Amino acid sequence: MSEPISAVPNSSGRFGEFGGRYVPETLTRALDELADEYAKAKEDPEFQRQLTDLFNTFVGRPSPLYFAERLTEHCGGAEIWLKREDTNHTGAHKINNTLGQALLTLRMGKKRVIAETGAGQHGVATATACARFGLECIVYMGAEDIRRQTPNVFSMKLLGAEVCPVESGSRTLRDAINEAMRDWMSSVETTHYIIGSVVGPHPFPMIVRDFQSVIGKEARQQSLDSFGSLPDRVIACVGGGSNAAGMFYPFVDDTEVELLGVEAGGRGENPGDHASPLTFGEHGILHGSYSYVMQDDNGQTCDVHSISAGLDYPGVGPEHSYWKDTGRVRYTHCQDGEAMAAFDTLTRIEGILPALETSHAIAKAMESARELGPGKRIVVCLSGRGDKDSNEIARLKQEGF
Amino acid sequence: MSAIDATFEILRSQGRKAFLPFVTAGDPNLEFTGKVLKELVARGANVCELGIPYSDPIADGPVIQASYTRVLDQKQKLSDILQAAQAWTTELTAPVVSMVSYSIIHRQGLENYVAKAKAAGIAGAIVPDLLVEESGEFSEICRREDFSLIQLVTPTTPPDRALRICETSTGFLYFVSVTGITGVRTELPPEVVDQVGWLKERTELPICIGFGISKPEHVRMLAPVADGLIVGSAIVRKIAQVEEKGEEAVLAEIGTLVDELTSAMTS
Ligand SMILES: Cc1ncc(COP(=O)(O)O)c(C=O)c1O
Repeated sequence: MSEPISAVPNSSGRFGEFGGRYVPETLTRALDELADEYAKAKEDPEFQRQLTDLFNTFVGRPSPLYFAERLTEHCGGAEIWLKREDTNHTGAHKINNTLGQALLTLRMGKKRVIAETGAGQHGVATATACARFGLECIVYMGAEDIRRQTPNVFSMKLLGAEVCPVESGSRTLRDAINEAMRDWMSSVETTHYIIGSVVGPHPFPMIVRDFQSVIGKEARQQSLDSFGSLPDRVIACVGGGSNAAGMFYPFVDDTEVELLGVEAGGRGENPGDHASPLTFGEHGILHGSYSYVMQDDNGQTCDVHSISAGLDYPGVGPEHSYWKDTGRVRYTHCQDGEAMAAFDTLTRIEGILPALETSHAIAKAMESARELGPGKRIVVCLSGRGDKDSNEIARLKQEGF
Repeated sequence: MSAIDATFEILRSQGRKAFLPFVTAGDPNLEFTGKVLKELVARGANVCELGIPYSDPIADGPVIQASYTRVLDQKQKLSDILQAAQAWTTELTAPVVSMVSYSIIHRQGLENYVAKAKAAGIAGAIVPDLLVEESGEFSEICRREDFSLIQLVTPTTPPDRALRICETSTGFLYFVSVTGITGVRTELPPEVVDQVGWLKERTELPICIGFGISKPEHVRMLAPVADGLIVGSAIVRKIAQVEEKGEEAVLAEIGTLVDELTSAMTS
């Protein structure tokens, strides 16, 4: 019998050949400590009770599984069901991870938290968890993302976080992660780094996946309760890959369920025009793990582009690389324009304003509904709400998008 | 025995300490890097560290980061650097080691990187993002090729782990003086003296200390326990002023800095 596909990572943080730990020696002790503390917490019923209680009473879980009846009719094919992570406190899936990691921070006796953010959703979710537990919070954010996600910057500040603009490189998510890692290099003894996706060195990809798996666990049960079977296809957008990992993981051993990850196709397929490492990238190392990455022949990370700050990242979590190479998950990409159109459709037809990141998954769900046809069912992770994007969308439309 | 081993053997027999300057390859151009290396060796550098620019250097502070960005903005390729290095190393009397991210080595292919670096006269590699757990395959290739793989120990490394790192590191051990990133500092933590002293009693491997060293006081504090001292940002920030001050002036300033630091080593 071969191992189930869910039986990863191994003790060195490997998902098949992917993952591992490629960081400076300075961080090793903290990563080991985190792995040990997490292993203990996982077995501690009190920790699980605390987290579940926060999920239920602070986040508002379980999030609904909603039948998008009018969108289904509009597409004229398979039923489209939305897993409503946008209804969570702070408006996205990110809070599932930050509360879990904030509890770990307290267990490790650390008082200061740092985080990176792209769309600002992870920044807001971290600032929220830190406010809730009285932790000091510093968020690194690319200057370009500060511009395009202004509402979230205000929220973080109101929540008491310090927002540090990052001016290096492309001034987006990748540079924010570099800067957070550099802070951690100096502060590691007193500070926990709440990384915002299933990326980075072991044990982060595993921990973030586990905390986000509440999405898929609920969606799986809700599917059984709502329509008496598992869905035919499950879809999520992939930036670093945390909402997708959380959605997919509880389904990976249900091999009859098709899983589809949607990367940012940006403006087109040329290098620099998209952020789709699983589609166009190479095996390589970025931000501490071995995974698919957009990298040139010299091993330098490439610039990438996406209309959505949360998907504008040249790397991806190692477990997605594993799922891709084993064929368990199929990955596709959706261009800026298609995502904008899907944003409009969902907003007008269902009265739900999705985040631009999420709109990429919605676009492929609509396409899938037509492809699969009536009688089939699709569950999409509606990873976040789009209020943060209103200004940017208005600006893009004025530019003729 | 690699050129690095040979250098430390000679220095030890003479009771001398090594001075190891770091420069970024190609900053602001390869020709000037060649001149700086020549000047550094003329002033007594024993081993030169050549920084291979990388787009996402998380162990580096603003000074070295900015130098990497300056080089990468010019689309400098690894092959250009290695070609230039080949010319430098035939003339230099001190060995050169590369300071290079594992992302770059992995991309080249491990064997291929070692072969190309060796062909360029480079004697080893310091790979700041390659932990001992992940270094097995590369370490074996380096050993087979007599290419030094210099590994790092930091103030956060537990003692048993530090000993394990000493066992697999070759050439020398790079002891990081601070919990943090590269960059000049006013003060260095005094504990580092005891930490290095403790290790020195337990390993034959030469131990060189780096990160933050920029002043004669630092040198006076650390030289007695170390086999060598590494100075990076203090030199790189002078190189950053080439455009403003001109090459001659910057070379002269680097020369003065090196004299100041090396004379503190023996005093
Ligand atoms: C709403 C939303 N969805 C998706 C993402 C992408 O991240 P991930 O792939 O980790 O889910 C983000 C990131 O900011 C987000 O805010």
